[in-house]
This record gives sequence, structure tokens and C-alpha cells, in this order.
Amino acid sequence: MPYVPHTEDETREMLATIGVDSIDDLFAEITEDMRPKSFDLPDGLSEMEVLTKLEAMANKNVTNHTSFLGAGFYNHYIPATVDALTMRGEFYTAYTPYQPEASQGTLQALFEYQTCVTRLLGMECANASVYDGGTALYEALMMAVRKTKRRKIVVSEAMNPIYRVMLNSYTTNLDVELITIPHKDGMTDIEGLKTAIDGNTAALLVQNPNFFGSINDFTELFAAAKAQKAVSIISSYPVLQTLLKTPGAMGADIAVAEGQSLGLPLSFGGPYLGIMTCTKKMVRQMPGRIVGRTEDGQGRTGYVLTLQAREQHIRRQRATSNICSNQSLCALRALVHMCTLGELGLKRAARLSIERAHICAERLTAIDGVDMLTKGPFGNEFAVTLPVNAYEIIAKLTDRGFVPGFPLGRYYDGLEKGLLVACTEKTSEEQIGILAEMLKGALK
Amino acid sequence: MKTIFEKSVAGREGCWPCEGMSEEAYIPSELLRDSDSGLPSASELDVVRHFTKLSQRNYGVDGNFYPLGSCTMKYNPKFTEIAAAMPGFTQLHPVLPQLQGAGGLCQGALEVMYETERMLAEITGMDAYTMHPMAGAHGELTGVMLMAAYHRDHGNKKTKIIIPDSAHGTNPASATIAGYEIVSIESVDGIIDTAALAEVLDDDVAGMMMTCPNTLGLFEKNLPEIVKMLRKVDALLYYDGANLNAIMGKMRVGDVGFDIVHWNLHKTLATPHGGGGPGSGPVGVSEKLIPYLPISRVAKLEDGQFYLDYDHPKSIGYVAPFYGNFGVFLKAYAYMLRLGGKGLTRASENAVLSANYMRKRLENHFEIPYNRICMHEFVASAALQIPKGVHALDIAKALLDKGYHAPTIYFPLIVPEAIMIEPTETENKETLDTFIDDLIAISEMANTNPEALHAAPVTLPVSRLDETKAARAMELTSDL
Repeated sequence: MPYVPHTEDETREMLATIGVDSIDDLFAEITEDMRPKSFDLPDGLSEMEVLTKLEAMANKNVTNHTSFLGAGFYNHYIPATVDALTMRGEFYTAYTPYQPEASQGTLQALFEYQTCVTRLLGMECANASVYDGGTALYEALMMAVRKTKRRKIVVSEAMNPIYRVMLNSYTTNLDVELITIPHKDGMTDIEGLKTAIDGNTAALLVQNPNFFGSINDFTELFAAAKAQKAVSIISSYPVLQTLLKTPGAMGADIAVAEGQSLGLPLSFGGPYLGIMTCTKKMVRQMPGRIVGRTEDGQGRTGYVLTLQAREQHIRRQRATSNICSNQSLCALRALVHMCTLGELGLKRAARLSIERAHICAERLTAIDGVDMLTKGPFGNEFAVTLPVNAYEIIAKLTDRGFVPGFPLGRYYDGLEKGLLVACTEKTSEEQIGILAEMLKGALK
Repeated sequence: MKTIFEKSVAGREGCWPCEGMSEEAYIPSELLRDSDSGLPSASELDVVRHFTKLSQRNYGVDGNFYPLGSCTMKYNPKFTEIAAAMPGFTQLHPVLPQLQGAGGLCQGALEVMYETERMLAEITGMDAYTMHPMAGAHGELTGVMLMAAYHRDHGNKKTKIIIPDSAHGTNPASATIAGYEIVSIESVDGIIDTAALAEVLDDDVAGMMMTCPNTLGLFEKNLPEIVKMLRKVDALLYYDGANLNAIMGKMRVGDVGFDIVHWNLHKTLATPHGGGGPGSGPVGVSEKLIPYLPISRVAKLEDGQFYLDYDHPKSIGYVAPFYGNFGVFLKAYAYMLRLGGKGLTRASENAVLSANYMRKRLENHFEIPYNRICMHEFVASAALQIPKGVHALDIAKALLDKGYHAPTIYFPLIVPEAIMIEPTETENKETLDTFIDDLIAISEMANTNPEALHAAPVTLPVSRLDETKAARAMELTSDL
């Protein structure tokens, strides 16, 4: 039997030491009435057989399409060091660093991760990550509710709708009111948001670039929130943060991000990485693990989990969150990714992605009836309006090996003709050319 | 060891040079950052050496026995990584099945989800599953949200959740976040006391969260009576799956009356813990809770095609952006296929055998407060060593010096100076024996040389770290 080492002799010897006759005796407290009514599982397979079966399943997925899908989740190149280093068993098969002396590898890496993400977002503090970008946003919202003791949350509709539906679910049982301010033709409605913030507002939630790809400077908006003592929360895109004005420079109190674009494969939705950063003032409200630097009795530098008085295992029901694990290995992947690419490499990935997206926008809008929906500056993603329903085009082009983008109509009434198109450094100009030709053909 | 920032040299290029391009052609300068981010600049070899050296400052299951109670640090079979790294899975964009005409592009992934749910349902005797929760605590939260949705839908005004003091540590926080008030009940002789339960059980109780075997490693043998009591007030029974590794093939939580269960796949089904995540915390429910499960739900058409079903008006909605940690539960699926029903049963049997063997061999050297047949783990305490001034913490640190990760200490809270040991089924007898011999030697040292234990660890890169200083100085990022 795989992975169980005890021989029959050893089993007998161990049972004798325990003082029972059989393994069944160890389960005597589970009386007959509690035993399984069924346990109809297949027989075990060899390693080879399992992999053959899974290979066949993997082959039923079509992944050789050219894809312009983004919607907050991007197909960036991952350098080989990421797999090679993070697959080391010392990292991979460890647990949460409860014994810091035997976990300095994980702890120092998380400290370096915290440093990298605070620098990227221009913020003061970070935690060691949460499950994903949506959870990070929800946890940020709850930080604001605790800090302000208010219950009104003002959200921009140009925030990723995949996250907005998560926020709705999570706040159902809580005394929190979500107020959504509609987007204006794909733009974040800054004036509308400003007007909605009042003395009862706990937090303001915006995204940069927004879901439609549009880039903003929220400095004034955050100042307006501050004037009402509301907490400013921003969700950002880490790859582009090597170039864009930082949440910190805009005056955000909390900045979160989906870290998938930093070295994590798309993997059908997870595991991903929730990046959470904040100002020093907010750090005691932060959920999850936080690593701090300290020293041992001999003055040697070391790292420990710190500010644990916030956490569930100490404070139980009074904790800042129920979150226990972080996404440690995903944070490590992001760190190795950032270190391998470095400042220059990550900037290059951002610049190439932006450049390709602009070429793509130009090619697509050159087609009759295709217009830019995203107004103003954008990064590596933009929305266009098609003359027909976007779903129709997506179905047509997908059949021919190209997934042209995401249908905005899925989440936005009235934007059924809207198509959200993303490029990364992996998108070639040739692919963009083919997409344009195909779209032109499909619209004829 | 120096941080990567101290090893960074400005201008030293990583894997890609960056020339002749400017974002300013596309984005006005007022929207750009005004200085570099300060990410490291190091050569690729510098990076590889830095992280290789860092890894060498870590204990993991691959290199060290890791009997961390309640965490099920079993061996993580290597072949599952091959499965999770197949490009047919890693390259799959999560919104694909939401596009008309593109669901056909991810049939294999949907099948993995469908089959994994089915196997988890059969192991636990539940009627349906969601794979969405991204860790155990997230599963708990999802489970309590399901509870709330059920009661709301039935017009029940319920405000409280009962949590025994022997339940898992995250339970109270999870229930609070879902909006409930917590009622704690004290165990008697290590298990739930039905008299204490009767005292707090009334119509306001939405449900009870139970860990079984509990955090003392003891089976809750009053379970059938507890189920009856809760049914009477329409309270739901939640099974915290942190300790499922004890009962696979021996008891199905659905059969005995639990309404909701979460798994920690990174514990029971051997996916790597990764230094604290990613985990995966699927939730199973009995029939009456199916309408409330998160959306989307994977479904199968008569022709064998799989699709995502969003049409569940009573659903609690979205707890994850997509379908959970796919890359993690794919490994759990591979592990289940490898072991089969017999292998899973055998895993539980041997986990329980090893735990009882260790308990028995230690009983003359350490206090074991509830010293009877245990399940997959047991709780000892440092009570006998305390008179010498030696605490659970000292014993844990001395074990690090001997090359073991320490057991869980000071948890559960109901045993002072707790040392919680979970060997798992994958450790051989020599490892168990050597560990016990070393633990006994440490206990003897408590008599002869307690000072040496206070100084431990001495063989690791650092000795005991000043946690008070860390909390006060709050140095959470590098300033170099």
C-alpha cells in the first residue's frame, strides 16, 4: 500500500505495545451504528496509471488557443527560476513557521516579499498574503469598518465585477451597506464617488487600472475621503505598478492586489495570491500573518511572525479575521519572480504589455464599426464596442483558435457589445494582426 | 543571512534587459510613478543562490520528521506535482467556461472538479460539494454562511453557534465573521458533555461546530445523542475536517448526522503545506443545504458534457473568484486515485496506530492528561517537567536541535503546557522510536541539566528570537 511503511511484524509489535489485539480495537469507540453505510471508491492505481488518466483529462482542455483574455488575470511569462526554487522541499513541505528558528527560510522570504510589495505599491506595511485579490479587498473593507466603526461602503462599479459579487456574498450576514456608483462609459466616476462619501462612510473602494483598463490618478478622490475620515482602498495590478503612480503616492490607506500576474500560472482560477498593504496607522487592523525582523540572544538577525495578538488562534472570536493560512508558497513564487526579473525586467514586461495593447487597440478600431469604449489612458487592457453582441464574436473566433477577449455584457447591462481585450509581453504582433483580420472577417 | 536587497546592485540586470522603450508614449507622466520601485537588481545566479541558501534554513517534511499536531504533516507524494504542472491545466484561463462556445475548451478541468466532488462525497457520505473555499478556515466560513442561509430561508431566528472548548481554534472567529454569537461549552473527561450541551441548547442555536476526533485526539463517543439533541431545535451540525485523517473508511460524517463538513486537503489528502498555504477547503453538505451552495456549480449533461451551472437563486453567492484552488485539489484528486478506497482506509488505520504507539511509549515519561485509546494524535503535557523549570517551549526547542520539527505546543488551550503530537501514517517505526527516545532523553535532561534546555536551540542559524522586540520595533520591511 503506498506511503504506509509499517510491515506486518512492526504492526504486530506496535499493537502489542499499545496492548490491543488488532487495529479494529483502536476504533472500538466508533460503534456499529456509526460505521459507513457505503464506501464505494475505486481501487488504487499505480503512479503511472494515475498520470496517464490525468494526462488524458488535461488533453481534453484546449490550451493552444491564442487568448486575449484578462479581466484581472493575466498570462505573463514566468521565468524558470520560479518553479525550480519554490519546488525545493524545504520550502514546499514546510508549514506555517510556528517554530521560527527552524523556519528562517520561509520567514525571511516572507519578509522580503512584504518589502517588495510595499515598494511596488508605495505603501508602508504588508502582510504575508491572503487567499486572493478578492479576499484581500473584502478584508480591507472589514479593516475600514473596524477602524471607523461605520457601516457604509462606497464602491465603484468599474471595480472588477468578479470581486464585487464576492463582496456581496461576504457582507450578506454583516451589518454593512454596499453602495455602488455606476461607471461612466467605462470610466470610474470620480465625481459620483466624491458625492457619495459622507460622514457615515467607512470606506471607498476603487481600482486602478479599472476593469475597463482605464488609468486614473485618485489623489483628489482620496483626499476627499480623508476629509470625511473614510478609509481609501485601492485594488491595483502589480506588474504595471513598476510604472504607474503608486497607491501610496495617491494617499491610499490600504492597497490590495491580485498577485497572480507575479509568477503564478492561470491554473483555472487558483491558487492565486492576495496582496495586502496599508499605512502604519492601519497595520493593527490587518488580518493574516505578518513577519517582523528581530534578533536572538547573541544579536543575530532573525525573523518571526509578529503582532499575533490580532489573530484567531490567540483572540478567538475577537480576532481581526478567521484567516489562518496565508498563500505562503504563492508569495514565495511572486518574490522569486520579482527578484529574477528585477526592477528592469518587470518594467520591461509592463512596457511590452502596454505597447502590445496599444498596437492591438489601433488595429481593432481600424475596423469599421469597432470603436474604443475605454476613454483616456489605458495600460495592457482596453474595451471596444463591436457592432454586434460580443458573445457572438467570441464564439465564432474561438472556433477558429482565437479567444478575442471577455464579454462585458456578462456583468454590465447595456454593454452587450463590449469586448474587453488584454495583451501581455507574450502576445505577439503577428497574433494581433491575425486577430484583427479574423474580427474583420467575422463582422462582414 | 543578508536580504536580497542588501545583495542588490543598481543596474545589475536580471533575465531581461530593458532598452529603447518608454511608457510615456502611451501614458501621461502625471499618471506614472516618479521614482523606481526599489525592487532588487541581481543576477540570476545571485537569485538562485539566495533562495537555495534560504531554503537550507528551513525544516520541511522532506527532510525532517514534523509531528505538528492538528496539521497532519504527512508525506506529499511527488507525482502529484507532475499532474498539477501539466500545461493542459496550468494554462487554462478561469473565465473560459463562462464564455459561450468556450466551455468545450475546458472539459477536462470541469471533469476533475466533478470527479473530485464525487469522491469527497463518497468518503464523507455527504450529498454535494463545493470546491471553492481556498483553505480550511475559508471552508469554515463558507459552512457557517450556508448555515445562516438555511435558517434565513426557513424563517428561523437563530443567533448563536455552540463551539465546544475542544474544537478547532479557528471556529470561533469563522462563526463571528458570519455574524453569530459564540457559546462555548466545557468538555468533561476530554469530550463533549451532553449535560453541558443541554444547558445552552435552545431555539436560538443555529448550529454547533464540532471537531471529531477533537483536538485532544479523542473520539466524541456521545455523537449519536448530540445529533438527536440538535435536531430537536433545528440546529445544524458542522464537522470541522481538520482531523479527518483519523476516520476515513471508519465513519462517514454524513451517515452519522452531520449537515456540513469541510476538508483541509493539504492535511488529509497530502497536498503540500507550502510554508503556510495554499490550502484547499472544500465543503460538503447534506441534501437540505444543497440549494445554498456557492455558485458556480459543476454539472454533467446526459451526453457526458460538463458545464457550470449558475442558476441557483438561493445560493450564498461567490466565496471565491472562480472555482477554488484548482491547482491544489487536482493534487488531492491524484492522491485519492492513487490510494483508492482501501489505501485511504489504510492511511487512517496507520495514522491511529502510530499515534497510539507513541502515546503508549511516552506515558511513563510525560503526563498524558487523557491517557486512553486516541485517534490520529494525542496531547501530552510538560506538567512533570515544570517543577524543574522546564516548559513545553523548552522541550520543543530541544527537539529542533535534534533535527525534528516540534509538535504543536500550548494548544489545545484546555491542557496547560500542551504538547500535541501527530505522527501521521507515513513515518516509519524507526523514526517514531528515535523521536521517542530523544524525547525521553530530553525529559531526563530536565532533571539533570535544565539550563541546557533553556538555551536550546543551539544548532540552528539562530537561537530563540526576541518576539517582544519584533512586536515593539515593528520592522516589517527592509529599509535597505
